[in-house]
Amino acid sequence: MYTRVFAVGLLAGLLAGLIVALLQAYTTTPIIIEAERFENASPVAPSAALGGFREARLILVHSGHDESANSAEASEWAPADGLERTLYTSTATIGTAVGFAMILLAGMLAAGDKITEQSAMVWGASGFVAAGLAPAVGLAPEVPGLVAADLIQRQQWWIMTAVMTAVAIWLFLRGQNPWLRLLAIPVVLAPHVWGAPHVALDAATRVPAELAARFAAVSLAIQAILWIATGFFVGLFWQRIGASADSPDDR
Amino acid sequence: MTTAVTHSQQRADVRVVALVAFAFGAALVFTTGFAHSAMLHSAAHDTRHSLSFPCH
Repeated sequence: MYTRVFAVGLLAGLLAGLIVALLQAYTTTPIIIEAERFENASPVAPSAALGGFREARLILVHSGHDESANSAEASEWAPADGLERTLYTSTATIGTAVGFAMILLAGMLAAGDKITEQSAMVWGASGFVAAGLAPAVGLAPEVPGLVAADLIQRQQWWIMTAVMTAVAIWLFLRGQNPWLRLLAIPVVLAPHVWGAPHVALDAATRVPAELAARFAAVSLAIQAILWIATGFFVGLFWQRIGASADSPDDR
Repeated sequence: MTTAVTHSQQRADVRVVALVAFAFGAALVFTTGFAHSAMLHSAAHDTRHSLSFPCH
């Protein structure tokens, strides 16, 4: 049983993660790199003559993680732009996808659901609502360089919102009694009434609003694809790996 | 009677497997999405932004 769960989770996460890593390389990563030009631009750069500005920014990107870059980040290690950065990002995405796959499997096993492509994709879509859409209502996906509230506060709010939304989805879809289903509404609203941590809107950022908006939309789509693809492969492999080794009523 | 007992034992086993799977999955997501280590943050930086985890 453990072998089956881990084999399915690892394989499903690997495949879904690879697909999404490929999409990221052509969608979100170029926007992140573009935004980092604004994030890392030294205060002097924007005043440079417009004619030479484009080239000046290009130099800043490539020196972004090198010795001459902005002093706060210069000491931190970061993967070099290009293949190394793509490899680290892809590995992290695959790791996240394996994590999502294991969480989906855990939910379906605990619920006693039959694990098929269809049911796992519905669980995946619910995962996206809980961990993607609901936290994004309070904390829009951020491109680098935006001004944001304290990281720990945002992470705590994010986790609280994801957990409460997941509980609300469960109550609404699986609640036997109408009062439990009704309870889902305050549970889903509570983190938003409590409010996500924000800084004053007039805080300065150099990242253009258009770039930030495009990133928010694209990254939500990317996360939706990751959840649904993970669900699909979880269902697909669960039906094909180790199905006979487990007892027949074990689904 | 015996089948009922076996069945409930199987359900209990499945719940333990589910708990282990959840712990493993949550730990992985925490590592890639939330851990504060500077190295993990740098390595997973683009993934964190791209999957709308809070970052920076």
